[in-house]
Amino acid sequence: MKAHVFLYRRPCDIDEAVALLGDNAGDAQVLAGGQSLMPTLNMRLSSPGMLIDINRIGALAGIADRGAAIRIGALVRHADVLESDLVAKRLPLLALAIPHVAHMAVRNRGTCCGSLALADPSAEMPAVAVALNADIVLQKRGVTRTVAARNFFLGLYQTARTDDELIEEVLFPAAKPDEVFGFSELSRRHGDFATVGVAVRARKTPRGIGHFEIVFFGSEPTPLLSPSAAKLTLDTGVVEAAVAEMAHDIAKDMKPTDSHQGRGDTKRKQAAVLLTRVLKNMIVRAAHV
Amino acid sequence: MYEHHDITFTLNGKPVSATVEARLHMADFLRHTLRLTGTHVGCEHGFCGACNVMIDGRSARSCLTLAVQADGANVETIEGLTERNAIAELQREFVARNALQCGYCTPGMLVTAAELLARGKPTRAHIREALSGNYCRCTGYQAIVDAIEAVAARQPDAKP
Repeated sequence: MKAHVFLYRRPCDIDEAVALLGDNAGDAQVLAGGQSLMPTLNMRLSSPGMLIDINRIGALAGIADRGAAIRIGALVRHADVLESDLVAKRLPLLALAIPHVAHMAVRNRGTCCGSLALADPSAEMPAVAVALNADIVLQKRGVTRTVAARNFFLGLYQTARTDDELIEEVLFPAAKPDEVFGFSELSRRHGDFATVGVAVRARKTPRGIGHFEIVFFGSEPTPLLSPSAAKLTLDTGVVEAAVAEMAHDIAKDMKPTDSHQGRGDTKRKQAAVLLTRVLKNMIVRAAHV
Repeated sequence: MYEHHDITFTLNGKPVSATVEARLHMADFLRHTLRLTGTHVGCEHGFCGACNVMIDGRSARSCLTLAVQADGANVETIEGLTERNAIAELQREFVARNALQCGYCTPGMLVTAAELLARGKPTRAHIREALSGNYCRCTGYQAIVDAIEAVAARQPDAKP
């Protein structure tokens, strides 16, 4: 199908972009990579009156080292993240997740911040942002505010961003020396939407790893931070059966929904198996680093 | 209200100026307006990869890019890549190995393969991963992977 008619505007700076967004709030959509927006237009699942193309706004480009955090601007493509040395060195969880994002041609245009704005439940970027509790910086006319990722995702495709706000950048906390990370997902085909996935941050302890921040995604309306995982620990040399038991217990936090990809309880079992593999891998890496 | 915009860009090495409707996507613009029908439209929502073109040297879905976004860009289609012999080796291997049957996916496959090979010498696993964004409903992919691997095998080992 073909997109419905819309007006196209290509502002040159952030002020102009947020002015357009403010004047047309509710009827305008921001066009960055367009890899999710354009399909919805082509299929007429949405028909905004105006597209605001932010691709010429230089201030929104670039990955930057801000010390304790790595800044990813609104125009940073998934391919930029994938190829970034800074991300590889300072954001290991994002580096683990990014190869799972879509396909080469889509990664060349789709953006990290666009993925956060859309809040697709099976997308990797929201899950990573929640696991690391990244800061999402929003701007509207004259007002900038920062929302923690753990307060940003409100429901299926629903976020704390208001219609007149532009995501300017996301600030991912850089990895600390005692942190270890894990990521895995299950999808029918490489790069497809995940049926279920896990993103994990943990800290090394004298005996192994602990302080788990475990996020399940794909199976719930929003990325789910496991409340029961925080207090658990795993000792170096733990037997696999014990890891699996712990993973199955943690997966009880999930409230997976039934879908064409499988029943909810199937997804919970799949998540537990993924988490077992990820945790085993993390213990081994923590012991060697 | 139908809104139009004037654009100027480079297409297959030549400057092009046009007036395009805001909502027109690049694949339809290439095919219907410019009559470059080598770019194919399969799913029109980014899954199949038949419409892949090069935008500023990187592969992109032309169905998910607006024609107006071409303004100022360097766009290359299967016609341009063919004319400047950029993919001649790939095309020879595709023919030699019957890496196509109906041919509908082939332009997109070649664009993806061209970008992959431009980035260095891929392994078979890299080739399969890169092709995961391109659907072929005829061949079962083996011959396509073989063809790209044959070209890759003749590349130097060092990454650019």
